[in-house]
Amino acid sequence: MKKSEKSKRAKLANLIMQAPLAVWMIAFVLAPFALLAFMSFMTKGPLGIIQYKPTIANYKEMFNPVYATVIKQSLVVAVWTTILTVLMGYPLASFIAKVKAKTSSLLTVLLMLPLWVSGLVVLYSFVILLNSSGVINSFLMSIHLIKEPLELLYNNFAIIVGMIYMFLPFAVLPMYSSIEKLDPGLIEASKDLGAGPVKTFFKVTLPLTSPGIFAAVILTFIPCIGYYMVTDMLGGGTSLMIGNLIYRQFTVSRDWPFGAALSMVLALIIFLMVFIYTKLGGDLDDLGA
Amino acid sequence: MSKTIVSIMNVEKMYGENHVVKNMNMNIAEGEFLTLLGPSGCGKTTTLRMISGFEMPTAGAIKVQGESVEKKEPYQRDVNTVFQNYALFPNMNVYDNVAYGLKVKKVPKKEIHERVMEALRMVQLEGFEKRRITQMSGGQKQRVAIARAIINRPKVLLLDEPLGALDLKLRKQMQIELKRLQKKLGITFIYVTHDQEEALTMSDRIAIINEGRIEQIDTPVEIYKHPKTKFVANFIGETNLLDAVVLEVNGDTAVIGTEVGKAMVQLDPKDKIAVNDGLAVSVRPEHMKFSKTPVDGFTIKGIVKENIFVGNLIKMMINLNDGTEIRVNRFDASDLSEPGELVYLYWDLPKGVVIKEKELIHTDSVKDIEGGDPDEEE
Repeated sequence: MKKSEKSKRAKLANLIMQAPLAVWMIAFVLAPFALLAFMSFMTKGPLGIIQYKPTIANYKEMFNPVYATVIKQSLVVAVWTTILTVLMGYPLASFIAKVKAKTSSLLTVLLMLPLWVSGLVVLYSFVILLNSSGVINSFLMSIHLIKEPLELLYNNFAIIVGMIYMFLPFAVLPMYSSIEKLDPGLIEASKDLGAGPVKTFFKVTLPLTSPGIFAAVILTFIPCIGYYMVTDMLGGGTSLMIGNLIYRQFTVSRDWPFGAALSMVLALIIFLMVFIYTKLGGDLDDLGA
Repeated sequence: MSKTIVSIMNVEKMYGENHVVKNMNMNIAEGEFLTLLGPSGCGKTTTLRMISGFEMPTAGAIKVQGESVEKKEPYQRDVNTVFQNYALFPNMNVYDNVAYGLKVKKVPKKEIHERVMEALRMVQLEGFEKRRITQMSGGQKQRVAIARAIINRPKVLLLDEPLGALDLKLRKQMQIELKRLQKKLGITFIYVTHDQEEALTMSDRIAIINEGRIEQIDTPVEIYKHPKTKFVANFIGETNLLDAVVLEVNGDTAVIGTEVGKAMVQLDPKDKIAVNDGLAVSVRPEHMKFSKTPVDGFTIKGIVKENIFVGNLIKMMINLNDGTEIRVNRFDASDLSEPGELVYLYWDLPKGVVIKEKELIHTDSVKDIEGGDPDEEE
């Protein structure tokens, strides 16, 4: 009797403590998401008014070649960014994991430093670096390596450079944590059994740190595909990604139902990737969830 | 003994200021089971890691089969290791773990299969090929680790406290199995442990290491019967150690004086012991004797403190008047002294092992001391 009373009280305390978070999640995550899902099946009226007539036209619209190009462009940028970020981030992560604890925490802080600066400022500095009379071009021309300025800005190259800069820290951290967790005894065992450094890397190190790599892929690919600021500033408005497209539906085009439908598709892609990640044995904690 | 397979010559190892291995010299014979025994931090694992190539000697040389190994990377050496925590690859099943060494050497698939099966049979793990490592118990993981290490048919197998994580019963069983396996394969085993009983059970020879130095390297029987240093006497089995100074030498016996009385010991002419030399006597509890009446040549007295029954024997604790506790093991319960009784301690001369060490005690302080009277303590 007493015991059940006690557990009842514990349950109540638990409930009270979790309530604020639950309210927050319902009010600002679940409810808007439900609203978005609902809206995506509505019709756009004149002047951007939403008419409450159910339709799947918004989803059909995505097969329009114009939008298909946007989706393709998004995927190209996201895939390249992800590949390059992981390829650059892995050696960095394994370096941070190998050095002394003091140095590694210093390097981690340095790695996170760009995140403390506003993304807008960062991207403007890229404009200064990359534009035709910018730092890189004027330097290369002053040493007569090139005669004409290189087209570094307002193309996919600039977008990918900016994206990599934005997401590298997020990719390095999970890879660092899985490399750091790797038992150095396993590397020694592999060498002891006659495998050289290259074989050891591909047969032992890489498979055992793959959860970190996959987490890095998720943490790069997902924000990259929906991020519109980089495309806006470094793409010069010439190329659109899903993120930009959604942004425009809610602002310039005032087509909220279509924007909602695009958002749903984006969310679906993200859920799918996280689902595959967990199916492959990934840990949600490694994603910062 | 047959020919040397591993030789360690004047090897030193420094970690910064830390001198871990000091002027180590050792020859290990082909087919031998050699144990490096010592307390934790004594440099035994470092020595093993220098043979496997994971550590480089600061000075000196290591040769395997007459060939200097300094310039060889671990993966180029003809030795394999069974690691302390097994270090099995968690991303592979039992078969792939065992096959690893052959796969990286591009051995034909058919041969790999035959050799993996043979290795698994040898460690009694047939039928476990498809098991994941995470589904194996400690003892089974140990067997996989051994199978994985012997499949390359190394000249020398290094084992770093391989049984450390197993419970007592399993450990005893594995000790016997390992010894049997070593005989069957004829491979040289270099085995690191801090468990003296394990060392005594399995080894052909034991190298006792303390603070980076080899204190003694000998067969288990020799080490137990004739420890060369106080550390060895104390580390292997139980013993009673008495520091003393030589008072008289009469041919092959000597009268020695300790803090608690006089005693007699047998001398080895090789030790060249003279009057006033410092030495220590080690007497195992099973060899320490006592009498209720004085014994010729011995004046060490003590009070029986406790008799502890431990099944097959009775452990007696006898206190000397300087507080030293002497342990005596008796196998016959009818022949005891009761607590509080005064006894005279002595031993058969061959059982008092003389350990020659310099400057054990200042000679002046012991020379004139007689047995004292332990009764006054009570």
